[in-house]
Amino acid sequence: MSSRFRILLPVLSLAVLLAAVFYMQPRAMSYFGLNLLFNLAVPIALATVAQMMIIMVNDIDLSTGTFVSFVACVTATFLNDAPLVGLLILAGAIAVYAALGALIEARQLPAIVVTLGMSFVWGGLAVLILPSPGGSAPGWIRALMTAKPPLVPMAIVASVLLAAVAHFVVMRTSTGAILRAVGGNARAVSRSGWSVIRLRAGAYALAGFFGVLSGITLVGLTTSADANIALRYTLLSIAGVILGGGEFTGGRVSPVGAVIGALTLALAGSFLSFMRLSPDWQIGAQGAILILVLAVRLVFARNGRRKEAQHG
Amino acid sequence: MADTSVNRPSFIALSRRPWFWAWVASAAAYGATLLLIDGGGGIDLIQAALTFAAFSAIVGIGQMFVITLGPGNVDLSIPATMTLAATLSLKFMGGSAGLILPGLVVAVGVGFSAGVANYLLIRMLRIPPIIATLSASFLYQSLAIWSNRGLRIKPPQALSDFTTGTLLGVPNVALVGLAVALAAWVLLERSTFGRWISAFGQNERAARLSGVPVEMVRALTFIGSAVLAGFTGYLLASFSGGAALNMGTEYLLISIAVVVIGGCSIAGGYSNVPGIWGGALFMFLIVSMLNSYGLGAGFRLMITGAIIIGIVAAASGRDPQ
Amino acid sequence: MHFGAVRALDGVSLTIRPGECVGLIGHNGAGKSTAVNVINGGLTPTAGTVTYRTTGTGAASARAAGIRSVFQELSLCPNLTVEENLRIPQRDLTGPGWRRRARQRIADALDTVFPGHRLQPRMTVGDLTLAERQMVEIAIGFAEGAVPARLVILDEPTSSLDASIARQLLDHVRDFCNRGGAVIFISHMLGEVFDVATRIDVMKDGRITDSRPRNEFTQQGLIDAMGHVATAPAEARKETSAAERIGDEVLRTDEGLTARRGEIVGLSGLAGHGQAEALARFFLSRSKGRRHARHPEVVFVAGDRGRDGIMPLWSILRNATLTTLPALSRRGIVDREAEDRLGADWKKRIGIRTDNMNNPILSLSGGNQQKVLFARSLASTAPIVVMDDPMRGVDVGTKREAYEMIRAEAAKGRTFLWYSTETEEVCQCDRVFVFRNGRISAELTGDEIDEQHILAASFEMKEPAE
Repeated sequence: MSSRFRILLPVLSLAVLLAAVFYMQPRAMSYFGLNLLFNLAVPIALATVAQMMIIMVNDIDLSTGTFVSFVACVTATFLNDAPLVGLLILAGAIAVYAALGALIEARQLPAIVVTLGMSFVWGGLAVLILPSPGGSAPGWIRALMTAKPPLVPMAIVASVLLAAVAHFVVMRTSTGAILRAVGGNARAVSRSGWSVIRLRAGAYALAGFFGVLSGITLVGLTTSADANIALRYTLLSIAGVILGGGEFTGGRVSPVGAVIGALTLALAGSFLSFMRLSPDWQIGAQGAILILVLAVRLVFARNGRRKEAQHG
Repeated sequence: MADTSVNRPSFIALSRRPWFWAWVASAAAYGATLLLIDGGGGIDLIQAALTFAAFSAIVGIGQMFVITLGPGNVDLSIPATMTLAATLSLKFMGGSAGLILPGLVVAVGVGFSAGVANYLLIRMLRIPPIIATLSASFLYQSLAIWSNRGLRIKPPQALSDFTTGTLLGVPNVALVGLAVALAAWVLLERSTFGRWISAFGQNERAARLSGVPVEMVRALTFIGSAVLAGFTGYLLASFSGGAALNMGTEYLLISIAVVVIGGCSIAGGYSNVPGIWGGALFMFLIVSMLNSYGLGAGFRLMITGAIIIGIVAAASGRDPQ
Repeated sequence: MHFGAVRALDGVSLTIRPGECVGLIGHNGAGKSTAVNVINGGLTPTAGTVTYRTTGTGAASARAAGIRSVFQELSLCPNLTVEENLRIPQRDLTGPGWRRRARQRIADALDTVFPGHRLQPRMTVGDLTLAERQMVEIAIGFAEGAVPARLVILDEPTSSLDASIARQLLDHVRDFCNRGGAVIFISHMLGEVFDVATRIDVMKDGRITDSRPRNEFTQQGLIDAMGHVATAPAEARKETSAAERIGDEVLRTDEGLTARRGEIVGLSGLAGHGQAEALARFFLSRSKGRRHARHPEVVFVAGDRGRDGIMPLWSILRNATLTTLPALSRRGIVDREAEDRLGADWKKRIGIRTDNMNNPILSLSGGNQQKVLFARSLASTAPIVVMDDPMRGVDVGTKREAYEMIRAEAAKGRTFLWYSTETEEVCQCDRVFVFRNGRISAELTGDEIDEQHILAASFEMKEPAE
């Protein structure tokens, strides 16, 4: 698929879904309505960007959900009670992510299995920190997440900011280019004298960083945490990256698309409540939207593929 | 397996077999547990291990065939398919003993349909299987939630007795699991289809150009995985006295973990069946070992995860070639 | 320099001075790639040294000395843009404005080497054609950088380029050397080597056996120096037997490709003009469904072995029997004795050099791997054999054997569709279709099959003569 089309479809699908919501519930077209619609979008978007960093280097992170849960537990306990300890723990968690990236590259391990194992580890740590739901959000993050900026709700401001930052880091900087190169052709990168171990560690550290932000913002919204609070994020974040036009291999990712994909998924949930559908179908609707978007993407891609086929 | 790598002087050392370490680790975990539950209990532990490992092994075998197809081929819909098949079949049987076999047909039929749906998504949307099964699993999960409605229907008594019973000391469920494994072994090691799967996993394009009917191979593999998941859901729900909405959750990770621990290549093309059982036993025994050492759920999870990573890291030294 | 038990380089002494263009030629496995990798620091010699203008050894100092390599296999990142790809070898492209500088450098390089190209630095490499990618790669090799290019190693740089673009490259190489640069030029196109090299070094069995200024060599002399019997221009095809073996038409495609029973049909023209696609389309359309697995109508011999042919985890035997598997099975279970017999039979018939068919396929040399792929297809009963440039990277000896095998099979009534990038191979055919821009531009038979006719049909003529 040509890179130009990559961003078009996510934008289009979000717009269509949003239009459908507004059509059914015109009152949603307000500051308050938008805030409600995208309420939980920020942590999902952050987790999606984290997942994207991993997919960018041709890996996949099956531990995103438990990691975000773990961070949420740390945020609601240590970060609230002893901020310095909390920060140290979170910094340590990012370091662990970087170490995983290095380990995966150095020993050529399958990331899917290593992150699978890590999902047990993060889950276990979360249970140790917070055996039963509880804790409370630090005041500053609560204040930040419930802030009411003029004109546009916080969730949208934060999403736009996130998309801009992620786009700059991944698509514009020279480091971002070389990180994407690892996904595109790791052999060429290492032949030019780069340490792929360090680069992969860097990509994983970025994923850890955005995962930490996701957990912190999540607690800012929910005010308390539990060990299973974000388990769904693993699948949601993968779905978000794909919805956003990312591909599984070859380092073809789009940060802006990923954020939009996450917003689309978050909106799908709100959409159902507007339709007065049973919440039983909420998960199903997210699946249906994913399938629908992928189907439309196929139609889009067909043109590009035909062109490629001619080139051989 | 010797035959997947005929290239290697294959009969030399048992330890070079890919499944060897999974069995050694299981035995070690078993021994460590026995040390603590002094005297007795050894037989009970084996029975429990065989029973629970059977569930993991059956879904694991389905997952193994899928993973053999190569990178990106993972069936993420296994938990949802298990739950859906269990829910619908138990609802269908409604506790009536006469409907046990038709109930099995329903469970397998649900699995079959899920497999076909998964395959059609992969084929028609041309998306990586991991995404297709992921999106589909959302739908199956919603269907299960919707059809279950929080009701817990008991399985027919006879079926419940069968799944919890033993034959000559061996749990019935384990016998079923062994039969499935045997069939899978023949399929993987001796049949044309097994060769095709391996060829597909090594190089799909080359397989296609060599006349391998790749689409058929892919379809049957995904259908097989879903059928086994449906079948496991039916057994598990009968064993545990009813279907629960979260009954499949842990099997997503377990099904992948047993494949890896069993010494199959996650990159595809290279798998073995004995390792699946070894991995399944290990996954159960390690938890019971940690339990017997009095460690809480948090530590249990952490150590399980660390062991999975440790095994893959160690296994990367012994290349399947 | 050793690879496992094999001594890949043995006492190679090579000095390259500014202004020199060294043509490095040699047979497959003569040690050219190894020598190049020692020079650019990718491999460390077990004995001996590499000295650069700068001090030190290894890849980093090779780069610091201005040594650039353009490899045979493509080493671009398809997901990045052209300008971003320059960032990979050029580590000084960091900080604000790096993108602008990268764009400038690559655009300049492309303009200098390939004047009139239509590439944009902002294009994504994945959207480019194979030839365009090779152009980008070459341009990166010559692009301005923190360390200017002093020695550029070109390993088969023209393999995907058409003649006019290749000519631009040769012109640039000459120009680059005139300005004091140095080039190592590796190519199997002797004409190109003669065109551009100031000195030619011949390698054989890991040694440099001959090193002289270009004008002291003749093409025939070079071939002799490489140590193989010169490939006498296609010894007279047995016209009489051809007439006897060719029967009725067995295939006709939408493009207008036709073939008759027992006929060897060649596909020719410039690389990348739709020949491989035509073959793939034909193969895929005729090889669908279950029935095909057991009674294939058409089989495929891959030329790009890694991409299209080899099953790397398997033994030679399993690789050889993949296509015939259904015929070797009963009720879906493989009859392994029958499989062994088939393997032994083909090992003998086409001379696969191994002591045990159960050895890994990767233990074989490229030429022998190719023989296994021939065996895989020819062991089937399929009446039509499609071959996608199957002699790529195969030594002359193996080629000869393959030609004979193909003729023998054709004599038994098999039809061959044979795409080749080398004229010599095309001249083995009974009939040749020349492709241009994805269409058939000429159909040649008998005496028309020669380089001149093929070239004439491959190139666009100014006036609409046809």
